[in-house]
Amino acid sequence: MATEILMPALSPTMTVGKLARWLKSVGDDIRAGDVIAEIETDKATMEVEAVDEGKLARILVPEGTEGVAVNTPIAVIGDGAAAAAPLPAPTAAAQAPSAPARMVPAPMVPAPSPAAAPRAPEPAGASEKDWGPTKPISVREALRDAMAAEMRADDRVFLLGEEVAQYQGAYKVSQGLLEEFGARRVIDTPITEHGFTGMAVGAALNGLKPIVEFMTFNFAMQAMDQIINSASKTLYMSGGQMGCPIVFRGPNGAASRVAAQHSQCYASWYAHVPGLKVVAPWSAADAKGLLRAAIRDPNPVIVLENEILYGHSGECPVAEDFVLPIGKAKVERPGTQVTIVAFSIMVGVALAAAEALAEQGISAEVINLRSLRPLDTATIVESVKKTSRLVTVEEGWPYAGIGAEVAMQIMEHAFDWLDAPPARVHGADVPLPYAANLEKLALPQPEWVADAVKKLF
Amino acid sequence: MAVDAKKRGKGREAASGMDRDQLLAAYRTMLLIRRFEEKAGQLYGMGLIGGFCHLYIGQEAVVVGIQAALDETDQVITSYRDHGHMLATGMQARGVMAELTGRATGYSRGKGGSMHMFSKERNFFGGHGIVGAQVSLGTGLAFSNAYRGNDRVAVTYFGEGASNQGQVYESFNLAALMKLPCIYVIENNKYGMGTSVERASASRDLSKNAAAWGIPGTQVDGMDVEATWEAAKAAVAWCRAGKGPYLMEVKTYRYRGHSMSDPAKYRTREEVQKMRSERDCIEHARQRLEGLGVEAARFKAIDDEVKAVVQEAADFAQASPEPDPAELWTDVLVEG
Repeated sequence: MATEILMPALSPTMTVGKLARWLKSVGDDIRAGDVIAEIETDKATMEVEAVDEGKLARILVPEGTEGVAVNTPIAVIGDGAAAAAPLPAPTAAAQAPSAPARMVPAPMVPAPSPAAAPRAPEPAGASEKDWGPTKPISVREALRDAMAAEMRADDRVFLLGEEVAQYQGAYKVSQGLLEEFGARRVIDTPITEHGFTGMAVGAALNGLKPIVEFMTFNFAMQAMDQIINSASKTLYMSGGQMGCPIVFRGPNGAASRVAAQHSQCYASWYAHVPGLKVVAPWSAADAKGLLRAAIRDPNPVIVLENEILYGHSGECPVAEDFVLPIGKAKVERPGTQVTIVAFSIMVGVALAAAEALAEQGISAEVINLRSLRPLDTATIVESVKKTSRLVTVEEGWPYAGIGAEVAMQIMEHAFDWLDAPPARVHGADVPLPYAANLEKLALPQPEWVADAVKKLF
Repeated sequence: MAVDAKKRGKGREAASGMDRDQLLAAYRTMLLIRRFEEKAGQLYGMGLIGGFCHLYIGQEAVVVGIQAALDETDQVITSYRDHGHMLATGMQARGVMAELTGRATGYSRGKGGSMHMFSKERNFFGGHGIVGAQVSLGTGLAFSNAYRGNDRVAVTYFGEGASNQGQVYESFNLAALMKLPCIYVIENNKYGMGTSVERASASRDLSKNAAAWGIPGTQVDGMDVEATWEAAKAAVAWCRAGKGPYLMEVKTYRYRGHSMSDPAKYRTREEVQKMRSERDCIEHARQRLEGLGVEAARFKAIDDEVKAVVQEAADFAQASPEPDPAELWTDVLVEG
């Protein structure tokens, strides 16, 4: 039985190569693993090893031949008996084996990605469920209560991070959790974000539900590879076998006077990534409802908190089962003439601007995004169809930011309703400075928002 | 257990080793990996496998020896040189080959490829393409065992190249602090892509790399499946007893390039040939089995059976359809 040796592909991109040299002659015995020839690709000279055994019966492509296409038969190996037998005509043998993996690329499906698709329009805010009685609590307490409630409900949930246990949290968010749940489930880690994040992701792949607290999201940069390459992609790469139910949470964005390395908004970084969900609570109710949803979610969820908001208090439903859906925005203030879209601490800035605008006779609707991925495009579109104007507000940098994405969604879904181009209000496109006056100049203020709105009229 | 040259060859038969059936099973798995990898190389050459493809030829005794010391409920995680680990954990050759060729019947439905394959059923956690990332992840698998209070062990394989990554040492520290049942296996095949271990690591004995954290380390002859198995048994016993992590430096050698597109000019052909002819793990096991009275017909039968499995896998892979275009959009998030 004769076996053809085909011109091999020796790199991911090789289509032709030069058969530089034969190291075996006709009649030689060949064992699997023997180097039989040298082939030059565009990058290197490679050795070709035999896979089959037998006697080299014929050389079909002489050495020195250039431009030999991958899969062209270059030699024939026969077993002892067949070597002398007549060979099939080279033309018949030269039929390249089918290689569908390379030659028939899967057709692109013209379906939009689900994240970008607007939902069926609903009246904005109509789906906000009434959770009954409320009481005022701080954002800090809301986050702690959310973790405690989910940890009581599910033993797979645990918290780890720097200073989360004995110190009671660098920002006291985890206060009291060590006392209630013990050191097994509230775990102090060394200052090694890359290692402990990877460890938590590994635990999640094996079915636990970790909450990873970053002291700030600035430090999560050390762990970015594990968040993106391991947590967000494994479900896809495993064909759906292995999900990663994990929460990454901590303060994001500028605090106060801590300068460039401790003051950055990572919203657009994470919202860019398929396989992640990203939420950014503003109020105490947001914090509790969204964090509970994040912990219950079977996917990796980034919870972008804000240090300045930790001490802010607000009404929060007392209902035991209170939770908010990921992917739904909230209309914080109804209005008719302009839509202001914001998230996290900028919701407060937008509301202050709306108040000032009302005094000047402009009715602004303020949308608190709550969720950045998936984005509640339907609620924004509904609002803009009513107001015909859009202003986005974010603390982060403008380039490829959340505001840019929101504006583009409106271009795609409500272009004909617009009376003016969308406007963006954002942090200055510089590393955040330390000096008090410069810091204030770099972060969006209510007046910036009001000014941006007025330019649309 | 240090490398002990006297244990090799005839003199070793007196020492404790695998019994005949165990060694036959190990021999068969090593041969399966070798033939599978040769076939994968062939299919790569035909353009049926794309991208990067890292073959395990030469290193078979490492994973086969260590797997022989594990239970099925123990977890395994490794790098992108992962085909051998998958076969050794009992994943089907046809499903692995179908994934290599990007088919719907592959373990990841064609969406992972050579470097990213998983089997929840076989406790195989990948298949990771970022050098060193699996070390923290494997530490997390061990964490999940400790958290649940079971006696399972997580084995984390990585190369000597990855052993220089910072997160490896973060993981050693975490595992030692938390006494996690993690066996760290450095498969030292001497070259991280084209850079020899001497040029990449100032450490001359990688088994001592975790000594600062009090993690015991051992050097093992990874061309000897029985020596590897013996060393792994000690590591498994240590971890199951709740004593914390354990480090094995297993000295091995890859015969092929780093990936299919590596011309391997950083070492001489003589060096490769010497390892192949003098230290080959499969040949070594075969000689041991001959000493135990296994006859030629038995080897022939194993050879035929393995070849048939590999051929069937290649046929299955090529006959399988590519993923449905709709698969592009699935498995991004768990729904609901």
